Amino acid sequence: MLVSLEWLKDYTDVNVSAKEFCDSMIMSGSNLETCEELGIGISGVKVGRIDKIEKHPDADKLVVCQINLGEETIQIVTGATNVYEGAYVPVATHNSHIPGPLHGQPKVEGGVKITKGKLRGVESEGMLCGPQELGYEDKVAPMVSKDGIWLLPGDWDGHLGEEITDALKLHDYKIDFEITPNRPDCLSMLGMAREAAATFNTELHYPEIECEKTDENAADFIDVEIKSDLCKRYTARIIKDVKIEQSPWWLQKRLMAAGMRPINNMVDITNFVMLEYGQPLHAFDIRSIAGNKIIVDTAKAGEKFTTLDGVERTLFEDTLMINDAEKPIAVAGIMGGLDSEIVEDTNTVVIESANFLGSNVRSSSKKLGLRTEASGRYEKGIDPNLCEAAADRVCKLIEILGCGKVLNGSVDVYPFPEEAPTVCARVSRINKVLGTEISREQMEEYFHRLEMKVTGEGDDMFVTPPTVRQDLLEEVDYVEEVARMYGYNNLPNTLPNVATTGEMSKSWTMRNQTRDILCGMGANEIMTFSFSNNKILDAVGIEEDSWERNFVEIINPMGEDTSAMRTILMPSMLEVLGRNYSRGVEKVRAYEIGITFMKNIIDPKGLPDESRNLVIGTYGKEEDFFALKGMVVTLLEKLGITDLKFVAESEYRTYHPGRCARIVSHDQYGMEVELGIMGEIHPDVCENFGIGTRAYGAELFFDLIVEIAHKEIQYQQLPKHPASSRDIAMVVDEDVLVGDMEDVIKTASNELLKNVKLFDVYRGEQVEKGKKSVAFSLTYRHDDRTLTDEEVDSAHKAIVDALTEKIGAAIRES
Amino acid sequence: MQDKLNSVLQEAREQLAKATTAADTEDIRVKVLGKKGQLTEILRSMGKLSPEEKKALGMAANKAKAEFEELLKEKVSELKEAAREAKFKAEKIDVTEPGKEIVYGVKHPVTQVIDEVVGIFHSMGYSVYEGPDIDTVYNTFDALNSPETHPARDLTDTFYVEKDNICLRPHTSSCEIRAEKELSLPYKVLMPGACYRCDTPDATHSHTFHQIEMMVVGEEITMADLKGTLDYMAKRLFGPETRTKFRPHHFPFTEPSAEMDVSCFKCGGKGCPVCKGSGWIEILGCGMTHPHVHRAGGIDTEKYTGFAVGMGVERIAMLKYGIDDIRLLTENDMRFINQFK
Repeated sequence: MLVSLEWLKDYTDVNVSAKEFCDSMIMSGSNLETCEELGIGISGVKVGRIDKIEKHPDADKLVVCQINLGEETIQIVTGATNVYEGAYVPVATHNSHIPGPLHGQPKVEGGVKITKGKLRGVESEGMLCGPQELGYEDKVAPMVSKDGIWLLPGDWDGHLGEEITDALKLHDYKIDFEITPNRPDCLSMLGMAREAAATFNTELHYPEIECEKTDENAADFIDVEIKSDLCKRYTARIIKDVKIEQSPWWLQKRLMAAGMRPINNMVDITNFVMLEYGQPLHAFDIRSIAGNKIIVDTAKAGEKFTTLDGVERTLFEDTLMINDAEKPIAVAGIMGGLDSEIVEDTNTVVIESANFLGSNVRSSSKKLGLRTEASGRYEKGIDPNLCEAAADRVCKLIEILGCGKVLNGSVDVYPFPEEAPTVCARVSRINKVLGTEISREQMEEYFHRLEMKVTGEGDDMFVTPPTVRQDLLEEVDYVEEVARMYGYNNLPNTLPNVATTGEMSKSWTMRNQTRDILCGMGANEIMTFSFSNNKILDAVGIEEDSWERNFVEIINPMGEDTSAMRTILMPSMLEVLGRNYSRGVEKVRAYEIGITFMKNIIDPKGLPDESRNLVIGTYGKEEDFFALKGMVVTLLEKLGITDLKFVAESEYRTYHPGRCARIVSHDQYGMEVELGIMGEIHPDVCENFGIGTRAYGAELFFDLIVEIAHKEIQYQQLPKHPASSRDIAMVVDEDVLVGDMEDVIKTASNELLKNVKLFDVYRGEQVEKGKKSVAFSLTYRHDDRTLTDEEVDSAHKAIVDALTEKIGAAIRES
Repeated sequence: MQDKLNSVLQEAREQLAKATTAADTEDIRVKVLGKKGQLTEILRSMGKLSPEEKKALGMAANKAKAEFEELLKEKVSELKEAAREAKFKAEKIDVTEPGKEIVYGVKHPVTQVIDEVVGIFHSMGYSVYEGPDIDTVYNTFDALNSPETHPARDLTDTFYVEKDNICLRPHTSSCEIRAEKELSLPYKVLMPGACYRCDTPDATHSHTFHQIEMMVVGEEITMADLKGTLDYMAKRLFGPETRTKFRPHHFPFTEPSAEMDVSCFKCGGKGCPVCKGSGWIEILGCGMTHPHVHRAGGIDTEKYTGFAVGMGVERIAMLKYGIDDIRLLTENDMRFINQFK
């Protein structure tokens, strides 16, 4: 909402600086977007009258003007085409300064200096200015001055030679307030003036609306009928003998500061009153209203209608229309028809000031794809009690401007007049919510400032707001009114006097632990988007009908890439690895704990299943399968899962078929569960993501880990007796798994074996082709005594025998 | 005899003075005190002497021996000291060479901000409560007192999975109704999480971002408590000299509603590019929970009052760390993340 501070002063006596005004308004609830000073950076620009225009001797597109500046006449050459003899114009004289930009040129910081010079050999002692050159936006330049010299409206003979900023009183502040959706009443100058008056505790002056009596009555010219309850009120007034001309400067100036372009007096007046009251208005040429009758009713589905902008539109059965006795003439609250517009020779005008149901205007506007200033206002909600005053105000302005004859009375159809609800607001409750001890008297004073009536006594205040305040429906709404008038910053600062204990879920705690552990391993945490799509699953080699494609789909995605919710995290991780690789990052260790989403299988209409996964990704020097496996094992051990098995997997196409494992453990009931999968990323997948080196990844079901993780630390006595260590090197077939050998060792051993540690796997000249040598270091110890060699030998032999027997291993001769 | 002793001692003294190694001193010791050493020889030759002479010479010899041993000991320790010094000198290192690199990972800056806020409030008895990213329209809008026509409900603002029924939460406020139904009164909770809105990505917008919702419900919770709590948080997050300003605002789910500004932590309030010259930076929205919202969760609104706060994590991270483009937070360039050690 753009507010001209000078205009606002028409309604209330604000006598503070613009800065103080803005600061106080912010603190009483009108938040500020911007505050711009108008009419600055202009000096040496004077009011002039063009006395004579002659052709330039050497240039077809230029003219030479003699400009009357009162005490002197100067010559100025211009290329503008809208000038005429007798026009009043802004004249930038020699050495003057304007904010700019110059016509057709970019804006220059600090403005532009204008000096005299010669244009095609003819002396020019300055420049005639357009509105833009004096700092106004293109969109507010008056219609007659658009893309040309600013033709000042009215007679300025008494001001020739005067500085334009003084003569036109250009100095003002254009303040843009952010109006929240609960306060559509503030989308008007009167609404903002009401806020300002309450803020500064000043009087609010309403505009004049009473017209002189004339000899004709509106009711004799027009009849109004409302056939649909989508129209709450329809007020019509009649103006005869309309004279279309430029509006006076004071009116144009206000429109321009409010961001609107002055067009002609009739359009300007309806716009002015719309800005003043927040009530949209429309003017019809009475000639276009067949039968002099206005009927408000919904359209027939499929009916065609051509709006003011020349577009033929197909109507819906709930499109509310303004019709005459025969045909539609306007889409209610949105736009008039092409045929009922006011034109040059219009004599009699019907002024419409009506109220249409916001939600219907909103849906019609959407369906028709047509939004206008009026429809936007109706959507937000307008008080139907404004109709009459706004129509009267239009008439009064027509009378003041002398551009038409206002007929007596109005035709006002208002079937169910709306009243503001009276609410009981308790002094004690307001203080309880705010933490204050504000007196009833003080509260009542705030309410009066806001034009509210208060009755009742004791704790109960029965408050009735002005009808424009449609946001005040219950007690709590008045808590806020008191709070903002009292000033939020005047409320004390305290802490809640409620004792509670801070609880964290197991998942939250374990996520923090996981981050700490992985960071300790040198991995950086990443955070990626929750979206996915089929294409990216193709890129990670996920098969057509696999569970990872059981997507939760977005019905209104922003693009193909973000059309579904992710089921796994690995694709995003690979994108990050690829991005880092392409940017020359040599080594990456990264992880993410993120939510994955699955269609709800049990209830397809219910909320999707959400579960957290953990993904780890690495590439670079010293990274390999086992480095990653080490990270995974250590992490899971720290979290409380020690019982782990890695089962080779060759079918999952994200990974290298020979370097991939499923990570398996047992749940709290002893059932085998898969915790995730890890491996070297398949070279094709790496290529798809632009990773030009070997990369490694693991994805674990974090929620499952949280569920089964059980960490219990039990102290064990430090060994009192020495251990005995034996190394064992066995030659086995290449495809024998170390894990299986470990299992055999553990099964064959007795309680003396305390530790098994792989220390070497050798392939090469020393062993037969197709075989490998696997060496373990075995540690034996008895808890209560020192072992004898015989005991160790016997235990060791059992293990060697088992390996030989079950795996076909042979002791390696060294 | 005495002369001989003197000369042995004298010779030994001279030789010790010239000795440079432990081996030299050992040679000298053997030469004097060894089995065939000079002093040993002298003592051995005493057998031929008279008891008086023996006694006199014995005393002299012992004295000479003691003197020699003292000299030897001194020399040995002197050499040892010199040898240690030489060793230290040879072993001297350049302490300005870098230490061995230990790579320690970095938590994402968004996590760091969430952790910091949770940390501040955890110590004040706030719990962490989490809701789903995808929630019902009821929890997201209806129960939060959001009017049917609220623009945030539009398909152009919020992502939907099922029209009018299930959406990607555009704010963590969706958790409020769940908390009201699940937690027992009174409570103080933080509800962090991801939120989604149909925003075209640019330097300050992302379709995915994070919020921390704060909710307190109890018997005597006032707007003054809301202010005091957030003022405390601002001082902890941005420094003890930080000031806060509460401006009236409007949210459907709170009444009264406010936006909180903090004094610019770059310029201290004088005005600079970070605060766009105003001296203040908008940080979050908050307010006293609307009775409709409490009622939706079955709370007795006469007995209980409460406040709610929603703050944007990325916004705080960007302000706190001076990040000028929100997209840096989701690009996950390691050179970026590594800066948040």
